[in-house]
Amino acid sequence: MQVIEADVIIVGAGGAGLRTAIAVAEADPKLSIALLSKVYPMRSHTCAAEGGAAGVIKSNDNLEYHFHDTVSGGDWLTDQDAVDLFVNEIPKELLRMEHWGCPWSRETSGNVAVRPFGGMKIMRTWFAADKTGFHMLHTLFQTSIKYPSVKRFDEYYTVDLLTDDGACYGCTAIEMRTGQMRQFRGKAIVICSGGAGKIFPFTTNGAVKTGDGMAMAYRAGVPLKDMEFVQYHPTGLPGSGILLTEACRGEGGYLVNKDGYRYLQDYGLGPETPTPVLKAMELGPRDQLSQAFWHEQKKGRTIPTKWGDVVHLDLRHLGEKKIDERLPLIRELSAKYVDSDPVTTLVPVRPVVHYMMGGIHTDIHAATPLKGLYAAGECACVSINGANRLGSNSLGELLVFGARAGRGAAEYVKKGVRAPGERLDALAADSEARVKAWFQRTQASDRVPALKKRLTTAMEDGCGIYRDEATIKAACDIIVDVRERFKNVALEDKSSVYNTDLYQTLEMDAMIEVAQAVAVSALQRRESRGAHQRLDHVKRDDEAFLKHSMAHYNPNGEPRIDYLDVVITKSKPAERVYGARAGGQSAA
Amino acid sequence: MSERTIELEVLRYRPEQDQEPFFQTYKVPCEEEWVVLDALNYVKEEMDRTLSYRWSCHMFVCGSCGMMIDGEPKLACKAFLKDYPTGKIRVEPLSNFPIERDLVVVLDDFVEKLESVKPYIIPKEERTVEQGEYLQTPAQLKAFKQYTLCINCLCCYAVCPQYGLDESFVGPAALALAHRYNMDSRDLGRAARDDVVAAAEGIWHCSFVGACSQVCPKDVDPAGAIQQAKFAHGIDYLTSFLPGGKR
Repeated sequence: MQVIEADVIIVGAGGAGLRTAIAVAEADPKLSIALLSKVYPMRSHTCAAEGGAAGVIKSNDNLEYHFHDTVSGGDWLTDQDAVDLFVNEIPKELLRMEHWGCPWSRETSGNVAVRPFGGMKIMRTWFAADKTGFHMLHTLFQTSIKYPSVKRFDEYYTVDLLTDDGACYGCTAIEMRTGQMRQFRGKAIVICSGGAGKIFPFTTNGAVKTGDGMAMAYRAGVPLKDMEFVQYHPTGLPGSGILLTEACRGEGGYLVNKDGYRYLQDYGLGPETPTPVLKAMELGPRDQLSQAFWHEQKKGRTIPTKWGDVVHLDLRHLGEKKIDERLPLIRELSAKYVDSDPVTTLVPVRPVVHYMMGGIHTDIHAATPLKGLYAAGECACVSINGANRLGSNSLGELLVFGARAGRGAAEYVKKGVRAPGERLDALAADSEARVKAWFQRTQASDRVPALKKRLTTAMEDGCGIYRDEATIKAACDIIVDVRERFKNVALEDKSSVYNTDLYQTLEMDAMIEVAQAVAVSALQRRESRGAHQRLDHVKRDDEAFLKHSMAHYNPNGEPRIDYLDVVITKSKPAERVYGARAGGQSAA
Repeated sequence: MSERTIELEVLRYRPEQDQEPFFQTYKVPCEEEWVVLDALNYVKEEMDRTLSYRWSCHMFVCGSCGMMIDGEPKLACKAFLKDYPTGKIRVEPLSNFPIERDLVVVLDDFVEKLESVKPYIIPKEERTVEQGEYLQTPAQLKAFKQYTLCINCLCCYAVCPQYGLDESFVGPAALALAHRYNMDSRDLGRAARDDVVAAAEGIWHCSFVGACSQVCPKDVDPAGAIQQAKFAHGIDYLTSFLPGGKR
C-alpha cells in the first residue's frame, strides 16, 4: 500500500477543513498538510448554509449578549468556557473572511450589514444575501489556493483512523478514481467531516452528510457527545426537505396554520406584531418552533399534503424588491420546487432534520481525548450549542474551532511527536481487508438501499421532535437488527473506478454507528431539554441531567453511555424566556 | 400529482470492462414533480447499483450534478421532468471533458485552471483584523457580485466551442472568477493575474459566442466578464500611448 506522509492530515474540506488548513499554513508554512475529502471542496455541504453567521460587530451589541443568547438557547447544556471564547473570537474570524474577499452584504456606508436571527437579542448575523455558506466555502477554498503547503487530495474516501499506543497517526483512504487504498501517515489528524443528517429520511442535508468522521473517531475509542440532540429546522420544503433559511423570518416572514393564524403566539412566543421583534414569535429558537408545529398538527390545524402536513410561510408582505435583494435563492427554490413564488403565494413548509448538536467530543482547543486527533465543525461537539443550536452560530463555529484545531495541531506537531510503531502498517492492512471483504461477499439477502430506508424510518419514528421510551426502544431494536443484517450485504458493483456502490456501503456503515449513538443516548436521557423532548419525562431535570451524554463505542453491542459535567462559569441554569417576557427590541 | 414512467437513456462507461461508451435505458417510475436527479437516484437504489454519478445538495448550489440532459448541459437537480413531456430523456456526461466513469468526468484540467488565475484577494493595502473591515459600498459590491455566484458546475465548459476545439483555453468559469477578483474594490491583483488572463489562451481566445452565459444555471455571465476584461485591456493598450503612458 502506498504511504503518503504529511505533518497534518485533515479529513474533510468543507468550511471547517479549509479553515483548519489555512490556520496550519499560517502557523508554520514549513508544515506539510494533506487535505482529504470525498468530494471536491466546493461540493461540501457548507455551501448549503443560507442565512448567515453571528458575530458581535455593531455598537449596540456586546459579547455578553451573544454569550447569554447562546447559553440559554442551548438550554444550559453549553460549556460556558467554550461559548465565552467563541463569542470573543468569532468577530475576528468574520473580519478575516471579509479580508479574504467574502462578499458580505453591506450597509450604504460600506460597513458590513447584519440581520436578525432566531433567539438572538440583538441583530448580529452577518450575511451574503441568502447564500452565506456558499460564499464562505468558496472564499475559503479560493483563499486556500494561496498556501503552497496545502496539498489537496480531492475525492479520497477516508475509511479508518490509524492509532498506536493511545495516539492517532493517520488514516486509510481510497483514491476514488482508481479504487486504490493509500495509507496517510501524519503527526496530527483533524476530522472536519460534517454532520450526519442523512440518518433521517427527511433532512436539509446533502448526500455527503453521513457521519463518516464521527463513526471513525467513535470506532477509534473517542466518545460521541450529546448525540440525542438533533435539530429540526422549522422551515423545510415538503418532499425535498430543502432548507428555507431562518432569515425568511428574520426579514419579517410569518408562519401561519391552516386558518391563516400566526400560531406561535399560542406557545409562549407572542404577542404577534406586524414587524419582527427579536426573541419573539417567528424569531424564537428553532427547537420551540418545530415543537409548536408538532402541537398544531395534533390539534388538526396544519394542512395535509402528499408529502405530509405543512404550515405556511408568508413572505408576501415583504415585497418583491426585498425578497430579491435579501432572499433570492429562497424565491428560486420555492418557485421551482413547490411552484410557489413567495412574492405572491404562501409557501408550504414543515420541520426538517437540519443539524447535529452532538458529535466527536473535543475540548476548547478542538482536541479529542485521543492524542494527536482533533475535530472541528459539525462533526465535533465542543459544546457551544448545548441542547439547541441558535441559527447562525454554526458557520461561526466552523471558523473559530477550525482555526483553533489548525493552530493546536501545528503546535502539537512542532513539540515533536514520537514515531508510530509497526502496528500502523498492520492496521492499514486490516482496513484494506475490511473493504476487500465487501467485494468478496456473494449476493446476500439484504440490500443497502432497503436497509438504509429501514434505518432512517426508524430514526424518524423513534427519535423525532417528540420521543418516549417506547418509540426510542423500537428504534434501538430496529438499529440492532439492521446492524446484524448489514454484516452480510454484498457489493453489487465490483469495479475499482469511482465505485459509488462501495462508498454508499461505507457510508451506511457509518450511519448505523451514528444512529445507534443517537438512539441509545436519547433513551437514557430521561428528561426534556432543548431539542430532546420526552413525552414521558416532560420536565428539564438539572439534578440528574445537567450533564453531557458520552456514547462509547462497543464492538459487541449497544454503546455504553456515561456522563460528563457541563462547564458553568457565570450563567446559572434558569428558565428560557422568549416572547413578550424576553423584552426583545423591534427588528424592523 | 400522479406517477408516470419515463425512459431514461444513460451513457454508461466503465473503463475496466467497457471497450467504449454505450447507452443503457432504464424504465423509471417517477413522481410528477421529480427532477432528473431523482430519477437517477431511483435507478441507483432500486434498479442498478453499478451506475455512477456525482451529486450532493439537491438544491442547485453544490455544483456536483452538471451533465448533458437531452444534449444540453444542466444541473440534474434543476432539470424538472415536467419539462420533458415526451417521457424520454437522454443523460450523458458533460461534453468536452474526459469520462472517468459513467456520468463522472475528469475535472483535473478545470481545477488547475481555477487555481492558475490566483482566485484570492491580493490586497491593495494590508489590513489587520484590529483595523476592522474594508469599507465596500453596495455599488462596489455590485460591480463583482454576480461573478461570485459561480458554483463550478462546468456547464459553461461543456458548451464552449473554443474549449471544445482547444483545451488550452482557460475557459469561462475560471476567467469570470479572475474578473470577479479584478473587479473587487479590495483587490489590486490584476497585473498578477494577467499572466494567465491576458495570455493567448486567456480572454483573447474567446470568440464571444456567449453560449456559456446562456446555459449557466446560476445566471452568471462569463461571456460578459470576458468582454469587460478585453475592453479593460484595450483601454490599457490605448492609454499606454498617451504622454506618461506605461509603454
